[in-house]
Amino acid sequence: MMSRNTLSEDFMKGIVRENPIFMTLLGLCPAIAVSDKVSSALGMGAAVAIVLIATNLTVSILKEFIQGKVRTIAHVAIIATFSTVVNLLMHAYLPALYAALGLYAQLIAVNCIIIDRANSFAQENSAGRSVVDAIGMGIGFTLALTLIALVREVLGHGTITLFPAAGWNGTVVVPGLGTAPIKVLGLSAGAFLVFGYLKAMFNAYRMRTTSGERADMKSGQTA
Amino acid sequence: MTFIGIIITYTLVQNLVLVDLLGLYPYVNVTRKFSSAAGIGAAMIIVMSLATLLTWVMYHLVLLPLGITFLQILTFLLITVGLVQFLEMIAKWSAGALHRAVGAYLPLLTVNSAVLGIALIAVNANYSAFGSLLAGFSAGAGFLLVTVVMAAIRERLDLEWIPKPFRGIPIAFISAGLMAMAFLGFDASFLRNLLG
Repeated sequence: MMSRNTLSEDFMKGIVRENPIFMTLLGLCPAIAVSDKVSSALGMGAAVAIVLIATNLTVSILKEFIQGKVRTIAHVAIIATFSTVVNLLMHAYLPALYAALGLYAQLIAVNCIIIDRANSFAQENSAGRSVVDAIGMGIGFTLALTLIALVREVLGHGTITLFPAAGWNGTVVVPGLGTAPIKVLGLSAGAFLVFGYLKAMFNAYRMRTTSGERADMKSGQTA
Repeated sequence: MTFIGIIITYTLVQNLVLVDLLGLYPYVNVTRKFSSAAGIGAAMIIVMSLATLLTWVMYHLVLLPLGITFLQILTFLLITVGLVQFLEMIAKWSAGALHRAVGAYLPLLTVNSAVLGIALIAVNANYSAFGSLLAGFSAGAGFLLVTVVMAAIRERLDLEWIPKPFRGIPIAFISAGLMAMAFLGFDASFLRNLLG
């Protein structure tokens, strides 16, 4: 209302400028734990995006009634409800994905990006803009998580796991790496290392595009 | 599992931060200084111990008898949020050493993946009430251990020259990765040899 952002800016900021994984780091935890396989990363991304869209829509519609002290608890209750729904649906219709995500499917409810969008965007904007914001954030989240998963799976397992289709088991084996992968990148240590190096790469790219000093200050703020 | 087994499992072998990758947000954002790392670690021990105990009571005395275990995410989250806000009130009211030590860090734990994570892990592992309390306490102690070590590393890193793109978050994550590799030494066979 006060800001003059257009709908396309609402949509695009989640993908690049305020990417929930690489820029604001809000979507990082607990999602990065399922970045060891491309298929789990895509599944996690879709599940988070659905909860994010449903939460943003509900909060923006109910924002008149959610004020003051009950704000946090109301947001948490809404998010927990939608993550329970997504969990039950996944358990019923996508049991393989549900098993692969394990504990982390239930922990979608505490993904910081969802509560942050509810609190800082949906609470102040119309329903339409909140949904557009959630779709952008969901896509940015999925792309970033899939990128981490791609690096970790190709180097750590020598494979790319996608979804099985007719007559194909859904796994691409990378020649050479399939027999001698760098195993540590598939473990939890690898998640930290791959994220650290990718984040440094993005910082270097940003420093080259914007003026060096400003990029440094900005990365210092999010740190 | 024996009580000693629970303690060693959740402090070292299955460290929530380094193995399960939970609670990363406070782990990288509140470990710039040694004192704040110790503060959030202490707050985490209190919150996790009480949260696992309360969620055990909720699960075994309410959800299971009524057959409504599908509500566990909702009820567990509301319990942890309520618990943290209640602890904040106590810390403010006491206004003494407790407030100075952990008061500032409690709000960071309101919606935290590590707190809900250990509550769900303890329920899934089907521990007794005391076992759950112990699992929560040990997971908190494990969190305190890795945040304090991380803060010590980062205070030393401040004295070193680091290439610009790596400053801040990236170098913290790479240090955490190396720490996680070191923690791989504490595995299931280590536990078996230790306890016989």
